[in-house]
Amino acid sequence: MAVVETRNVTKVFKEGELGAVNNVSLVTHEGEFLVFLGPSGSGKTTLLRMIAGLETPTAGEILIGGRVVNNLTPRERRIAMVFQSYALYPHLSVYKNIAFPLKAQNVPKAQHRQKVEWAAGLLGIGRLLDRKPRELSGGERQRVALARAIVREPAVFLLDEPLSNLDAKLRASAREELEQFHKNVGTTTIYVTHDQVEAMAMGDRVVVLHQGTVRQIGTPKEVYEDPADTFVATFLGSPPMNLLEFSDIIVGFRPEGFLPSDLVPGSKQVTFRYRIKYVEYLGAERVLYGNMEGGSFESKEIISRLSWNMPSGYEAGAVHDFSVAESDLRFFDRKTEKRTHPKPYPWQ
Amino acid sequence: MAVKLAKVKSVGSAQSPLLGAAMFSPAVLYILLIIGAPFVLAVFYAFSDARIASTEIHYVGLENFRSILQSPGFRQALQNSIVFTVVAVAIVVICSTMLSLALEEPFWGRGLVRFLILLPFVAPVSLGTIGWKWILDSIYSVITWVLVQMHFFTPFNAPMWLGEPRLAMGSVICVHCWRLIPFATVVMLAGSGAIPREIPEAASIDGAGFWRTLFQIKIPMMLPIILVAVLFSTVFTFTDMTVVFILTAGGPFDSTQTLPSLAFATGIQGSDLAAGAAISLFLVPVLVAVAFFMLRVASRAEVT
Repeated sequence: MAVVETRNVTKVFKEGELGAVNNVSLVTHEGEFLVFLGPSGSGKTTLLRMIAGLETPTAGEILIGGRVVNNLTPRERRIAMVFQSYALYPHLSVYKNIAFPLKAQNVPKAQHRQKVEWAAGLLGIGRLLDRKPRELSGGERQRVALARAIVREPAVFLLDEPLSNLDAKLRASAREELEQFHKNVGTTTIYVTHDQVEAMAMGDRVVVLHQGTVRQIGTPKEVYEDPADTFVATFLGSPPMNLLEFSDIIVGFRPEGFLPSDLVPGSKQVTFRYRIKYVEYLGAERVLYGNMEGGSFESKEIISRLSWNMPSGYEAGAVHDFSVAESDLRFFDRKTEKRTHPKPYPWQ
Repeated sequence: MAVKLAKVKSVGSAQSPLLGAAMFSPAVLYILLIIGAPFVLAVFYAFSDARIASTEIHYVGLENFRSILQSPGFRQALQNSIVFTVVAVAIVVICSTMLSLALEEPFWGRGLVRFLILLPFVAPVSLGTIGWKWILDSIYSVITWVLVQMHFFTPFNAPMWLGEPRLAMGSVICVHCWRLIPFATVVMLAGSGAIPREIPEAASIDGAGFWRTLFQIKIPMMLPIILVAVLFSTVFTFTDMTVVFILTAGGPFDSTQTLPSLAFATGIQGSDLAAGAAISLFLVPVLVAVAFFMLRVASRAEVT
């Protein structure tokens, strides 16, 4: 097991252009499940590939287990990686796929069978050992890729969107299995995804990346409840945080915190007149799309999210009093878009 | 839409007996006239005593084959053909695999290098070979000149590239490889380009070095396309007579005579059509075997 650290890591693919990764510094904890989360093009995969040794940083240092590894080949870094496409060797059987890292690292041949069976058993693919990758389903391929990664007991696991090729149902169960698997093995894991649900569900901590820079590092609770800037606030959460711009400040609140006034607990709350334009019924919840009526935010578009057990009767076209508890308000500086201290406000 | 489609279909089927036959006939005619008829004629001649400038023709059974098999010239040509094909194909496959792997990674000037490598294949065979005839000439050879200037030889004991049996065979093989390597390289580039980038990357993360990745991952994955290159090169080499004919015309002492050039020399130049046809029929088993494997590879080729 080992700790991965990046110090001011930058990757510029074409000189003169904006880097794919810019000045990223972060440290994992021992045995942690760290998630890189960001939209496509945010540099998360490039950062992972630099940690793996598949890409050379333009500047900065990468440390694994306290040792600078910039000049080490992937094999010397003792890492294992699972690719989005799984990258199984199509001409080799599952057994030979899993045994390949052992062969490549000159593990005595006598130990191969036992180790391969251990890894395959851990992932429940023991009966597939004689098959070729093309004879496997997506979920089985993913397990083979994982088995190939753990078989030589690496110091760090790198996973590049390993669930994105699975269908929705399989993805949920594979996610659970991955979590369970990480608990069993306890190896430091870096997991790249653009799916916030995966990030929130699996991550011990989440690194939110945008345009090659780290916007926030924190537990899922921290990045969701206390976003560091408006990008994090709107990227996490579906539907995203409502943002109201007012002079030099931006005020944000989550749709699930914006509710009919009598449902908002506590006396410290802010109330708006809210006109519902249309309602999305999603079973467990209803999402209301509408706009403010009167006041300084006239006609500003706002989303509200009611859970299934809240009273019905909020229909399109109706105007109601909706409120947010003051403790649920988040304040951002309008210029920098970074989080600032709460300010008193002439709301209406 | 469905109505329209049905209507189009009915119009098509009403005319189909004629129209279909008309559209199909060029292909049938091509195969029958250009390939079928000469082949049948060759078989027919092989069992006859047909000669150029003779109007009489008789059935002679297996007589032609018997006399060919007994002639030392034929055995020499068969042996030469096998040597020529095996050595040339081996060189072509090894060189084109190396070239395709070298040309895979982008580097400065790659486009120009790829263009230069392809050039011998697009140049007319005969012109290219005539160029080589001069390069390998006994008096004007630039290769000899360079070697003499570098003091490897004196002008008096310089190698006669086309005049000594072993050297002549080597020269013919080299020139043929020069011509075929570009073609095979293009085929191989298609094969190596089809390997997803993640797979060699996964191998390097799994701890494999350059050689292991090459021999255990890349080349096995390219095997179907390598096989295609081998089969095509085999056909091109086994049936080729241009290079032999222009460079050495089979000499010296029949040391570079191959089956196609012997068939030409016997049947056309020697005016013994029957013997020429019988010689060329010996190409058929090899070509049938190659065609069989080619069709199998084509049907089994799968995308990973």
